[in-house]
Amino acid sequence: MTGVAGERAYADLAFVQRAPIGALPPPLAMRGPWGWLRANLFSSAFNIVLTVVMLALIVWIGKSTIDFLFIDAVWVGHDRTACMASEQRPHVGACWPFVWERLNYFTYGSYPIPQRWRVDVFFAMLAIGVAWLLWLEAPRRDLGALYFFVVLPVCSFILLSGAPALGLETVDTSLWGGVLVTVVVSTVGIVVSLPLGIVLALGRRSRMPAVRLFSVIFIEFVRGVPLITVLFMASVMLPLFVPEDLTPDKLLRALIGIALFASAYMAEVVRAGLQAIPRGQYEAATALGLKFWPQMGLVILPQALRVTIPNIVNTTIGLFKDTTLVFIVGIFDLLRTIEVARIDPKWATPVTSPTGYAVAALFYWVFCYAMARYARHMELRLSAGQERR
Amino acid sequence: MSEKTTAAAMPPPADKPVVELIGVHKWFGAFHVLRDVNLTVRRGERIVIAGPSGGGKSTLIRCINAIERHQQGRIVVNGVELTSDLKRIDEVRREVGMVFQQFNLFPHLTVLENCTLAPIWVRKLPKAQAEELAMQYLKRVHIPEQAKKYPGQLSGGQQQRVAIARALCMNPKVMLFDEPTSALDPEMVKEVLDTMVELALDGTTMIVVSHEMGFARQVANRVVLMDEGQIVEANAPEEFFNHPQHERTKLFLSQILR
Repeated sequence: MTGVAGERAYADLAFVQRAPIGALPPPLAMRGPWGWLRANLFSSAFNIVLTVVMLALIVWIGKSTIDFLFIDAVWVGHDRTACMASEQRPHVGACWPFVWERLNYFTYGSYPIPQRWRVDVFFAMLAIGVAWLLWLEAPRRDLGALYFFVVLPVCSFILLSGAPALGLETVDTSLWGGVLVTVVVSTVGIVVSLPLGIVLALGRRSRMPAVRLFSVIFIEFVRGVPLITVLFMASVMLPLFVPEDLTPDKLLRALIGIALFASAYMAEVVRAGLQAIPRGQYEAATALGLKFWPQMGLVILPQALRVTIPNIVNTTIGLFKDTTLVFIVGIFDLLRTIEVARIDPKWATPVTSPTGYAVAALFYWVFCYAMARYARHMELRLSAGQERR
Repeated sequence: MSEKTTAAAMPPPADKPVVELIGVHKWFGAFHVLRDVNLTVRRGERIVIAGPSGGGKSTLIRCINAIERHQQGRIVVNGVELTSDLKRIDEVRREVGMVFQQFNLFPHLTVLENCTLAPIWVRKLPKAQAEELAMQYLKRVHIPEQAKKYPGQLSGGQQQRVAIARALCMNPKVMLFDEPTSALDPEMVKEVLDTMVELALDGTTMIVVSHEMGFARQVANRVVLMDEGQIVEANAPEEFFNHPQHERTKLFLSQILR
C-alpha cells in the first residue's frame, strides 16, 4: 500500500515527498467482465432500460429471421408446390430451391451458357487484382497496380465482350446481367471516381481561375442532378443527338454516367480532407522546394486521404448500392434479375419474393460490410505509431 | 556546447552577400506589414531578428523563400532575384532551408523519410545516397537512433531537431529559423538552442527570428529589432544590448530583460 504510516502527505504547509507512490490496480468494480458490463450496459437507470429493451428487440427479430431463413425454410423441391403452405406445413420459410435453380441467372444474367466460363475467369482475375491491391504486404505491389489498372481492364473487356479474332464470340452487353453487371458497374465506378475525384478536388482549390471554374461547374452541375436523370440522359437522350451507329453501347453509357456522377461526390469528400491538412504542411513542403505535384502526391494527399477514408468508403458503399438504379434504363443488374425471377409463374408462392430479396440483401450487405471492415482496418493501421500532433 | 562562446571566437563572415533585401515593402490587403526593409546578410553571418509580435519578423523571413510574396523592392538570394518567374523561385527555395515554429514535420513519414524526401525529389539524389546524407545530419542533431520512428512519437525538442536536419539535408546556403523554440516546453528549449549554436560554430549562414536573447548574445553577428514592419535598430550584440540607441530598443530590452 501507499507509503509508511505516519508519512502520509499533508500539503497544507511545506511538504516534501519522501517516497514515490507506485501504481496500483484499479478497484474491483472496474475490472473483468463484470466491470465491463457495469461500465457499458448498466451504468445508469436509463442504460439498464435501454439494454433490456434492445435485448428483447434482438431476440424477437433474431428469432423470426432465423425461423424464416433456416427453421421453416424449404431446402429441396422442383417447383412452386414445394414452397406452398399446406396442412402438414402451415409455416413456410425461405424457398431455397428457387434460389438454387436461379443462381446462375442471378450470377450471369442472360450471358450465353457455353460462354459463362469467360465470366468466371473475369471474376477470378478481378479477385486476384483486388486482393493484390488491398493486401498491403503483398509482394510487388507496383506490378499489382499495373495489373489492376492496365492488364485487368483490357483483358476483361476482351474476355467479356468477345474478340472474334481470338476465337471468343461477341456477346452483346444486353445479355449481360446479375452479379456480373453489378460488379462491373460498381468496380468501374469506384476505380474511375477516386482518381477523377482527386483531380476535381485539386482543381477546385487551384489558383488557376479556368481550372477552378471548370471544376466548380462540373461538381455543382452533377451534384445538382439525380443519378436517375443522368442515366436517362445517357441512355435515352444521347442517341437522339448522335447517329445510331456512333452511339456507344448502352452499358458503356451507363458506366460513364455513373463514373462521372460518383467522381463529383468523391471530389467533395477529398476536398474536405485537403482542407483538414494544416497550412504548415503546405508551407514546409514548399520551403523544401517540392513543386505542386510531388507536394500533393507525397505530402498532402497521403494525409488528406487518410483523414477522409471513412468518407471515401461511405461514398463508395453508397455508389455500390446506387448501381441498382441502372435497371431503370433496362440493364439487368443483380436486383433486376431477382426482380424478374421472383414473378416467374413456375415459382410463384407467397415466400418467393421475400426469399429473393433476402438473397439480394445478403449480397449487398456482405460486400458493403467487407468494405467497411477493410476501411476500419486501414484506418487503424495507418494511425498506428503516427498519431497526429 | 552551451558554455559561453563569444561572437569573436567564431569564423569571420566572408564578404559575399547571401541574402540582400533592398527597399522591401509588403501589404496584407490594406495593411502595410513590411515598410522599406533593407538588410544584407553575408556568407557565414548569423542574424537574430527580435521584436514584438505583429512586427513583421516572420513575414520578413517568409519573403526570403517566397512563401510570402513582396510587392515592392528587391530580394536577391544567392545571386538570384525573386521575381514572378517560377523557375527563379524554385531555384531560391532549393538553396534556402527553413525551420518553423510548429516544426511542420510530415506526420505520415518516418524521421528518415522526412529527411530524404526533398533530396530525392528535388535534388534527384539516389535513395541510398539521400539516406546516407540524412543519417549524417541526424547524427549532427544527435538523434540518429530515432530515424525509423514517426514524428508523433518524438518529443517537441526532438521534432524540432529533425526539422533542422531535414532542412540541412538540402545543403542550403542560408537557414531561416522562424521562432524555432517558441512552441517548445521550457525543458526542451536548450537542446534545440544547443543544436543551433553548433550550426553557428560551423559557419552556417543563419537568419533567426527569436526571443532567445541569450542565444542572440552568444552567436549573433548582428541583432535586428523590428517593429511595425520596420527595422528600428540593427547592431552587433554587444552594442545592441549594452548601448541601445533607439528609444524603441531601450523599451523592448527593458521589458524582456528585467
